[in-house]
Amino acid sequence: MKPRKTNALPIVTFIIVAVIKIALALFVLLTAVAYTVWLERKVVGHMQNRWGPTRVGPFGLLQPAADGVKFLFKEDLTPPHVYRPLFIAAPMIAVIFAITSIAVIPFGNSLHVVGFNYPIPMQITDVNIGLLVVLGITSMGVYGVALSGWSSNSKYSLLGGLRASAQMISYEIALGLSLVGVLILAGTFSLRGIVEAQAGHFFGIIPNWFIFRGGQFVAFFIYLMAAYAETNRIPFDLPEAETELVAGYHTEYSAMKFAMFFMAEYANMITVACLASLLFLGGWSGPVFGPWELLRDLEPLLWFALRIFVFLFIYIWVRGTLPRFRYDQLMAFGWKFLLPLAIANLVITALIVAWRA
Amino acid sequence: MFHLILFSVFGLICVAGAVNLLLQKHPINSALSLVVVMGSLAVEYLLLGAEFVAAVQVIVYAGAIMVLFVFVIMLLNAGEEEHTEGSRVAWLLGIPGMLAVTVIICWALLLRSDTGTVSLGALPGPPADIAQLLFHQFLLPFEVTSILVLIAIMGAVVLAARPGSEQEAKKEAR
Repeated sequence: MKPRKTNALPIVTFIIVAVIKIALALFVLLTAVAYTVWLERKVVGHMQNRWGPTRVGPFGLLQPAADGVKFLFKEDLTPPHVYRPLFIAAPMIAVIFAITSIAVIPFGNSLHVVGFNYPIPMQITDVNIGLLVVLGITSMGVYGVALSGWSSNSKYSLLGGLRASAQMISYEIALGLSLVGVLILAGTFSLRGIVEAQAGHFFGIIPNWFIFRGGQFVAFFIYLMAAYAETNRIPFDLPEAETELVAGYHTEYSAMKFAMFFMAEYANMITVACLASLLFLGGWSGPVFGPWELLRDLEPLLWFALRIFVFLFIYIWVRGTLPRFRYDQLMAFGWKFLLPLAIANLVITALIVAWRA
Repeated sequence: MFHLILFSVFGLICVAGAVNLLLQKHPINSALSLVVVMGSLAVEYLLLGAEFVAAVQVIVYAGAIMVLFVFVIMLLNAGEEEHTEGSRVAWLLGIPGMLAVTVIICWALLLRSDTGTVSLGALPGPPADIAQLLFHQFLLPFEVTSILVLIAIMGAVVLAARPGSEQEAKKEAR
């Protein structure tokens, strides 16, 4: 994971730039998390013929802030029967691993600041195994859910935690395999390299995105399904199925600890959306125009954000539309349908690439 | 220099995690200590320059195998273990025996002339290099290992599937 050397940046400048980038990325991510919650309540509300939040600020836009204050000032109950160290650590583990993966995700090309001689890559750190890092970090996120379920020492939590860990491990395989087809076509693990491999158009009009190439829309479909299961969202939200498990693994949590699980879920959704747009939808590519270089550098951010918004909207749309699966259906779907499909996609893609070479 | 400090720190964390694994009474704490060991090993690989191996270490060991360990501990609801003092034979023979084996292994390793010290960042790191090694130079051992894993999977299926359980399940479904 050596950072790719762009050019020799003095170490102090490098650290200052890195700290600024980390602070900005964290701020944007956490704001995005808060407003995804708002968006979800609003969109699902309109789908169900109600208004959603309207009271706090125009269109209820200040609702996330009000919720945050409420979570901070609520009494933080710790039930007497829990295993304290892990009960406290579990929400932290969940939220830390959910947020960390933003460190390797690129948002755009380099930024050229006037009076600053070095182009600043719009990414906290560029590693040549970026995709593997994201997969590794998300695979560690299971611990937060599993340990919270176990340490709560209650039936609902334990069942929720068990379901979550089984489900996340099962779908991680399909998720990982669905990405291998893209990796074969791109020939690199670097997220920036994968986006660069999707530059240009074919037939002069269709963008050269991996979703349109070599049958990879199958991979995109598998990725979409597995991503819903990985983030425990409807139709695969069995770990927190309220009709059977109250709230699943976070039943015993209150106040900010509960909010941390909530943040972790939405941060994971955003990571998944980032990966989808980087791997299948051409990353930040889009028409770039304008008189100033700074403006032209910043426009790709907008295109990237637009893709993430669309992806999150589909997430919410699905939530407003589909019922929940039964647990055996979920497992059968993952192992007997998605996994063979992912392997078939992998083999066919590999054969096509080998035949062309 | 900075890398050397990091390497030493994570080496210490790794050893501390391993010792903690043995000392903890509750299985889930032991399992989590093992996760710490795996994670710090991954960092050591990373510092040696083997970035692909480090990532695979985290994804496979810390992210999948250890989650299954934790899963099983949760499922069986394993309680606290009792630690015994150990028998006198274990103290008298075990510790000198362990020391002797350690010395012999170290001696045998140092005796080989072709092992030198490896500098930080010297191991083959990029995935492409690993792939070249696996699919060209070490193709046969790689394929044989995969067959070995396949046999292990089949063995697990045979052991897990109780005779006649499928028919009973069908009866219940009716």
